Amino acid sequence: MTEPLIEIRDLHYRRGDKVIFDGVDLDIHAGKVTAFMGPSGTGKTTLLRLVTGQLKPDRGTVKIWGENVPDLDREALYALRQRMGMLFQNGALLTDLSVYENIAFPLREHTDLPETLIRDLVLMKLEAVGLRGAWSMMPSELSGGMARRVALARAIVMDPEIIFYDEPFVGLDPISMGVIVRLIKLLNDALGLTSIVVSHDIEEICTVADHLVLLSEGKIVGEGTADELRDSDSEWVKQFMEGLADGPVPFHYPAPDLEQQMLREGDDA
Amino acid sequence: MNKLTDFLRNFGAAGLFLGKILAATPASLLRPGLIMAQIYKVGANSLVLIMMAGLFVGMVLGLQFYTTLAKFGAEQSLGAVTVLAMVRELGPVVTALLFAGRAGTALASEIGLMKATEQLAGMEMMAVDPMRYVVVPRFLGCFIALPLLTGIFNLIGLLGAWFVAVQIMGLDGGQFWAPMPENVDVYEDVLGGVMKSVFFGAAAGLLAVYEGYNAYPTAEGVSRATTRTVVITAMAVLVLDYMLTALLI
Repeated sequence: MTEPLIEIRDLHYRRGDKVIFDGVDLDIHAGKVTAFMGPSGTGKTTLLRLVTGQLKPDRGTVKIWGENVPDLDREALYALRQRMGMLFQNGALLTDLSVYENIAFPLREHTDLPETLIRDLVLMKLEAVGLRGAWSMMPSELSGGMARRVALARAIVMDPEIIFYDEPFVGLDPISMGVIVRLIKLLNDALGLTSIVVSHDIEEICTVADHLVLLSEGKIVGEGTADELRDSDSEWVKQFMEGLADGPVPFHYPAPDLEQQMLREGDDA
Repeated sequence: MNKLTDFLRNFGAAGLFLGKILAATPASLLRPGLIMAQIYKVGANSLVLIMMAGLFVGMVLGLQFYTTLAKFGAEQSLGAVTVLAMVRELGPVVTALLFAGRAGTALASEIGLMKATEQLAGMEMMAVDPMRYVVVPRFLGCFIALPLLTGIFNLIGLLGAWFVAVQIMGLDGGQFWAPMPENVDVYEDVLGGVMKSVFFGAAAGLLAVYEGYNAYPTAEGVSRATTRTVVITAMAVLVLDYMLTALLI
């Protein structure tokens, strides 16, 4: 096996009193689509933020290209981020700039390219996501799916080596979802990227991901290809993959006994 | 006690935030286009409000001073008294209070919403420092626009006072203008007022960007930040006004 591109070791992170990660070890290999999965609130997005240096872990290392992200100063972190792209859940387009200017934004900030070249690059990336015709629109005029595709064009405009997707399928209609699924796979293979996708849409993610990582309660509870996970004996993995309401992750949020609570007269519910 | 510690913590945090702003300012000065856009946004867009306010404050002063001074036969002091009241106090303070309501709230909610919609995090991920791109240009926009608006407020206010005193109440035009040169000191009165507005501009800008940048990224958080901006800026302007007046006198 080749050296991993991203190497996470003994990652600990807590928010207030709540433990989010309790010793996570994970390798992510170049050229693959890796998916972080798990129920809402397990910290999938938090893991993405820890990997990209938006948050600092309490303990542990996150190495990308051999550099430990939490140790980097701002300048080094920014240099690293210029080799990464990220698609945020709602696109995070700059609302005061047009579609064209949004995609040109990283180029204008980081390069001295002539305007004609910027124009060509922006149009090429828009063509790749099928929205060349929307170049003059403002973000407020775009549908949710279109906004996400524009954000994807912006994420790849600097030709990154790694691309992160934060819940790319949430709130999309089936057609837009299909488009995004296709784009993730297409871009990963055509541009030779390494893709990391945070999602809980099992069906969609299984069609694109080469490697799935299941997270729950601060730990990795399952890892492997979609088929390996479907065949897994783990109760937890089964519950998640088959979408069962009850299992190791209980249907009920911890609460006092129902009968007791119904009979109790008082002011606290 | 909790409120006091909260206040002190916020005060310290705002001070540190100002340090970050100043550290990022040299890099932002290389992008004058962004600063000009903000001066236009907070300055030009507040212009009509400031001019209307200046006009009516001036007219009220003209009317009040005329009726009061006439009792003592001192109408000829009206021009000088009006100018002193405008340039030393009312101009800087009223402009800053209106500015906090018009531009400060707009900035705080804009930055708060940028945070809530992950635009600031998006910039971070594109290796663009939101301090340089978003915060500093807006702070400098306030810092530069408020003194300019104060000057306009003063001029329009003076014309308003002149209109009421001379055109409506019948004071002689010469009596209105003549006492000004000997009673109004350019350095002490006019520049003193400008200096106040420079401090008010820095305070209004800092509090708006600080509240917006640190807003809790929800609808309620942004609304709280907006309200806090206008309330705290108003208090800061009034407290600073007393401190600066005490220093200048």
